[in-house]
Amino acid sequence: MTNTSTIKVIKPGQQTLLQDFGRFGLSHMGIAQGGPLDDYAYSWANHLLGNSTNCPALEITLGQAEFKIEDDCELAIAGGNLNAKLDGKPITNWSTFSARKGQSLTFGLPLNGLRSYLAVKEGFIAPQQLGSCATVVRDQLGGIKSGSPLSAGDELQFSPHSVRKKPVQMSFRCKPDYDRVLELRVVEGYQIDDFSAEQLDKFYSQEFEVSQFIDRMGYRLCSGKVIPPEKQYLSEGIALGAIQIPPSGEPIVLFNDRQTIGGYAKLGCVARIDLPRLAQAKPGQKVRFVKGDLLGLQEAWCKWANYFWY
Amino acid sequence: MDIETTIDPVAECSVLIRFEAAPSDQLSWIIGEISLYLRNQLGAWVMNVTPSFNTILIDYLPHRISIFEFVPYLERIVTEALLHLPEQPEFQSIELPVYYHPDVGPDLAIYYEHGLTLDQIIHLHSSKAYTVGAIGFTAGFAFLSAVDDKLQLERKASPRLKVAKGSVGIANHQTAVYPSDSPGGWNIIGNCPIDIYTPNSSPVLPFAIGTQVTFKPIGLEEFLALGGNISKEWQ
Repeated sequence: MTNTSTIKVIKPGQQTLLQDFGRFGLSHMGIAQGGPLDDYAYSWANHLLGNSTNCPALEITLGQAEFKIEDDCELAIAGGNLNAKLDGKPITNWSTFSARKGQSLTFGLPLNGLRSYLAVKEGFIAPQQLGSCATVVRDQLGGIKSGSPLSAGDELQFSPHSVRKKPVQMSFRCKPDYDRVLELRVVEGYQIDDFSAEQLDKFYSQEFEVSQFIDRMGYRLCSGKVIPPEKQYLSEGIALGAIQIPPSGEPIVLFNDRQTIGGYAKLGCVARIDLPRLAQAKPGQKVRFVKGDLLGLQEAWCKWANYFWY
Repeated sequence: MDIETTIDPVAECSVLIRFEAAPSDQLSWIIGEISLYLRNQLGAWVMNVTPSFNTILIDYLPHRISIFEFVPYLERIVTEALLHLPEQPEFQSIELPVYYHPDVGPDLAIYYEHGLTLDQIIHLHSSKAYTVGAIGFTAGFAFLSAVDDKLQLERKASPRLKVAKGSVGIANHQTAVYPSDSPGGWNIIGNCPIDIYTPNSSPVLPFAIGTQVTFKPIGLEEFLALGGNISKEWQ
C-alpha cells in the first residue's frame, strides 16, 4: 500500500458527490453519463491545479458542508460562491489555496450560484466502475461506494504532493455572475417542426422561472407554458441539455443524470456553453430562450473543449 | 432494405439518425448492428451511441471531427448497412426464468377480472419471443415487443413508488423486467430472479437492441434457488 493523504468528510451538506468528467460509451445500456453539472467550473478547478480534466473532484451542492484536512495539500474551488472558509477565514473563489493538516474547510449557504467544485492536486483517488468514478445514485455507480453520495466520516484519499504557497487564480473576465437573468441559446432540433408557429413564438417570448423541481436529472421551469404537438412519439435518445415539453407544457431542461431515452416532444437543446449557468440557477431565477446558431455555438464550444483538453 | 433515413444535428455535440419506418424486429436488428459498429469504430470521436426503436442518437466531439465530415461518414455507414441487410438476420437470443404468481405479480388480479386464468396468462406471456426495441428508463430496462393482444393493458394511471427488482411488467404492447428497485407504472405479473443489470461484471447486460428474449415459467422452489425474493412491500 502506497502512502496516501486524506481529507475527512465531517458534514456532507445537502449533497456532495465525487465526480470525474463522466461515464461514456454506455448509454446504449441505459447508463447515464453523470459528471459535473457545471463542467465549466469543474474544469477550471482542475485546470488551476494543473490537473487533467478527468481528475476526480467534489461537487458540493447548496453548501453547509464541512471537511477536515488530515494532510497538507493544495486545493482549488470554483463555481458557485458557497462562502467557503478555511479555519473561519474566507477563501477566494476560482482560485487554488493551500491547506494544512488539522484545518477545517467549511461551506456555508450559497451567495451566488448553487454548486461549488473542490479539486485537489492530482485528483482524489477513487475506484472506477465502468471506467469512471462519476457518482450516479440511480445507476448505483461511482463515488467511493457504488453510487452513494458522500456521508459523514468518509475519507477522501489523494497522493501526497508538494504545496505551492502562491495561489493561482483565474482572470476576473472569465468569472460568471450566476445571479443574472439567464438568456439561454437554443440549438433547434428534434420535434421543433411539429410545434405550431404560435407555440414557438410563445417559447421564445415568454419569461420562465426556475421551479423548485431541479436536480441532476433535469431543471423544470415554471410560470410559462408551451403546448406540445398532439402527437405520440417513440422514445429516442436524449442529448445533454435537451428541452423537453411534457403534456403539462412546462419545459424541462435535461442534465447529466437524465434518462438516456424518452418520448416527450423536444424543441432542441440548450447550448453547451450556456448550460453551466442554468446548472447554477436557483428556484425563482428568470430564464429566457433565444434561437442559437449551430455552427457559431459549435465553434465556441470547440474553443472551450480544446482549452480544457476534453 | 428500403428505408429512408435522415441525419440531423440536435445539439453541438449530437446528431440523430432517424429511420422512417415503423418499429419492427428487422429494424431493431439493423439499428443494433449499426450501433455496435459505430461504438467499435469511432472511439476517438464518439462519446455515446444511444439506439432506440427507430432512431440512433450519437454524441460526438466536434473539435475532433467537423460536422461536415461526420454526417457524410454516418450516411455512408447507414447506407452500406441497409444495403447488406440479410433476408433472415440472425438474432441473438436469451431465455429468462419467470415465477408467475400473485405473491410477486400483484396485477395478475386485473387479468383475472378480465376472465383469464393464471395458466392462460403464463401461456400467453411465455410462448413467444420478444425483441428488444430500446433500452433506457433505468439502466438495463429493455422494452420488449410485442405482447399478445389479450395481455395488453395500459400502464397504471398513478405509478407505484417502488416496483421490486426483477418484476416482470406489461404496458400496452410491451413487456419488460425491472432491473432494479424503481418507481414504475407497468402491470406486474411475475418476477425474474436473475440479475439483469450487473455493473460490476461483464457483460453488464445479457441483451442489446435486436436481441430476442423468451420467458421460461418456473416454480417457487426454482425461483428461490435462483436467488428470487418475495417482496412484501407492494403499495
